[in-house]
Amino acid sequence: MSKSSDLMGWIDARFPLTKMWEEHLSKYYAPKNFNFWYFFGSLALLVLVIQIVTGIFLTMQYKPDGATAFASVEYIMRDVDWGWLIRYLHSTGASAFFIVVYLHMFRGLMYGSYQKPRELIWLFGMFIFLALMAEAFMGYLLPWGQMSYWGAQVIISLFGAIPVIGDDITLWIRGDFVISDATLNRFFALHVIAVPLILIMLVVMHILALHEVGSNNPDGIDIKKNKDENGIPLDGIPFHPYYSVKDIVGVVVFLMLFSVVVFFMPEMNGYFLEHANFVPANPFKTPEHIAPVWYFTPFYAILRAVPDKLIGVIGMFAAIIVLFLLPWFDRGKVRSIRYRSGAFKGLLIMFIISFIGLGYLGALPATEGRTLFARIFTIGYFGYFIGLWFISKNEKTKPVPERVTS
Amino acid sequence: MSSEGIDNSRRRFLTAATTVVGGAGVVAVAVPFLSSWNPSARAQSAGAPVEADISKLEPGQQIIVKWRGKPVWIVRRDEEALATLPKIVPELRDPGSDESIQPPYAKNEYRSIKPEYLIVIGICTHLGCSPSYRPEITADWMGGFFCPCHGSKFDFAGRVHSGVPAPTNLVIPPHRYVSESVVLIGEDGEA
Amino acid sequence: MKKSLILLAGVLFPVMGWASGGGAMYPNDDISIDWSDKAAMQRGAALFSNYCLSCHSAGYSRYNRVGKDLGISDELMSENLIFTTDKYGEKTKVGSLMKVNMTGEYAEQAFGTAPPDLSLIARSRGTHWLYNYLRGFYLDDTRPMGVNNGVFPAVGMPHVLAELEGLKTAKKEMQDDGHGGQHEVIVGFEQVTQGSMTAEEYDQAVKDLVAFLDYLAEPYKETRQNVGTGVLIFLFFFLILAYLLKKEYWKDVH
Repeated sequence: MSKSSDLMGWIDARFPLTKMWEEHLSKYYAPKNFNFWYFFGSLALLVLVIQIVTGIFLTMQYKPDGATAFASVEYIMRDVDWGWLIRYLHSTGASAFFIVVYLHMFRGLMYGSYQKPRELIWLFGMFIFLALMAEAFMGYLLPWGQMSYWGAQVIISLFGAIPVIGDDITLWIRGDFVISDATLNRFFALHVIAVPLILIMLVVMHILALHEVGSNNPDGIDIKKNKDENGIPLDGIPFHPYYSVKDIVGVVVFLMLFSVVVFFMPEMNGYFLEHANFVPANPFKTPEHIAPVWYFTPFYAILRAVPDKLIGVIGMFAAIIVLFLLPWFDRGKVRSIRYRSGAFKGLLIMFIISFIGLGYLGALPATEGRTLFARIFTIGYFGYFIGLWFISKNEKTKPVPERVTS
Repeated sequence: MSSEGIDNSRRRFLTAATTVVGGAGVVAVAVPFLSSWNPSARAQSAGAPVEADISKLEPGQQIIVKWRGKPVWIVRRDEEALATLPKIVPELRDPGSDESIQPPYAKNEYRSIKPEYLIVIGICTHLGCSPSYRPEITADWMGGFFCPCHGSKFDFAGRVHSGVPAPTNLVIPPHRYVSESVVLIGEDGEA
Repeated sequence: MKKSLILLAGVLFPVMGWASGGGAMYPNDDISIDWSDKAAMQRGAALFSNYCLSCHSAGYSRYNRVGKDLGISDELMSENLIFTTDKYGEKTKVGSLMKVNMTGEYAEQAFGTAPPDLSLIARSRGTHWLYNYLRGFYLDDTRPMGVNNGVFPAVGMPHVLAELEGLKTAKKEMQDDGHGGQHEVIVGFEQVTQGSMTAEEYDQAVKDLVAFLDYLAEPYKETRQNVGTGVLIFLFFFLILAYLLKKEYWKDVH
């Protein structure tokens, strides 16, 4: 026996290292027909790592204090060696996280990845999305610029719409009568410790649940139905090395696009870093146009489309809750869009147009015409779920093949 | 899946090449992160050389200036104190300052540019306490500095006595005289 | 490549929230900044410390960093561009942040509002806005400082560059506002007194100043782009390797 296998034996007798390696990588059989859309899961993991590493290094220089927070960010950008790079990686990473996660979720919608038996994977994923939104929102307060301040002001005020106790809740969240040092300090604690812990835990559960039932695929068929004499799925290939080498290619392409933003357009014309956020927070002066960062704009547009404060807030939260319930809205038996009805395709196209439309409108100042469109898109957004409930019961689907197509 | 026709050497080569290039990339990424721990522009600005005005310093007196957050002592030694320096040599561990840190222009008996003025970092070379100035010469104390933490003793030139915990003489910072009465601490002169 | 990428982003994403206030501004001329023209930035730095830095700070920036980036030695910087003193009454050191001696309270009394820090002004306002703002002062008796601005109406700041530009009056006209009403807009300026510069010289001086402000807002911009080019070249080669590796392994599957 060689030295290294001796060592592995010693470890394996005490810790299931080889077993874990095999279960999750070298003997995890994934369908061999993954396409482009299947890159975004591993990319989301990559972005999570980028955010954690850059975040740790930022906390070493950042001051969570109303009087010095803004200056400490500029201190990082100017006085700390390579501080600008670490900060831009983190700020770009935030937007990249949402791009990747939105595409990952869209993949799930297209190929029915949320359907039985993967409901829990979807639910864990939705909790990740929720945690990510909380993480991004609280992180955006930390630079303590005008947009940080007024964005947080608006979003915290949403809780004021809750009848009876609303005002007390907003007061409690802020810990002061306005957004202040107290708010900044607690958001910092949640942003750097509490939510990341939850996020990592949820990611582990998401992956464990996935590896328990196995991956879906663009054909939406169950590869475990057809196994060879060793019990290995005929259409499955070990994740490592096949998908690990494939994902490296995806990672490099992603990193190239990511680098273009980080190094050549870190503000992304005001979408990733808003211009008004280069002005320190001023509680007496609201910027002329305030809009949330782009990844919140679809939900923000729904909020604005409703002419009543409470119903608007309910509508916004409902837009997220319906996503949680998606596995039960869809009563169909066929997973993949490839074999589903034209009605399903139409609904999904309507949903995507509505979502992008809402996102676009949410970034712009509201006008009468835009509000009308925002209402139409809001109906389109919710219409997807309701429509899906109705069409999926007796859907005219195409025959699903026995084996994966490549 | 077929396993025939696998070019193993090509596969090994590509795996190794990707690993090496990817590893180089990871190392390159580590550089900015590790560099961010270097003293920032603010720390460097705060650590910039400081000027001290010594025109009002009387013989026997000590003033303390702050340089890079450390106390720097400026002591104007009187005749009496200077006279102790050759006499105390047998009691010292490193009288020639061979194992101690000082700029070359201060590696002499006085450990200074001008014999009268001692400019020294007031941090004990043992464990970093700041010794106190004890100029009174008595029967069993030839004058100098005493560290209260672990009892290390230094003479009027910051040289360490033998038989105490401190291993080397006190550190002399780079310094130069801008004029007769102004000394710049933290920057080497032409000596 | 840099330019085309930035252009592409401009087409895909309309520039957001660069508050021109939505209203009309006059003047409204375009400016392009040449980051390789260090001489222009040096001239801008001189204007900045002579005319801006007595009221506005650039409190996130250090003198010696500006000197290093623009090729001005510490000695020259200290002699020609530092006019402030520290709390002991000694000349501010070159490693210091570019702060002003005037206190915020005093400034608020004098101008109605504290002059903002200018370190990041080019990122919050944009260079286009700055270029036109600094050329948009005109005489207006109704204002406390005797001047108003075609880009920033009712601004509290006096026309500090008047000795260079001279003074102008504005020609105004009534125009339809598109909602059935009318509002007054500026259609031109008329020179009343001459400054030490001609109109062209003044435009150039403002351009230099804006170039300096643009530098000041992101002093590491050139480093950023240079590093980025290197990173992209590295990733491109790594992509080739990674792709070949993937293809090699996937021969088993196909």
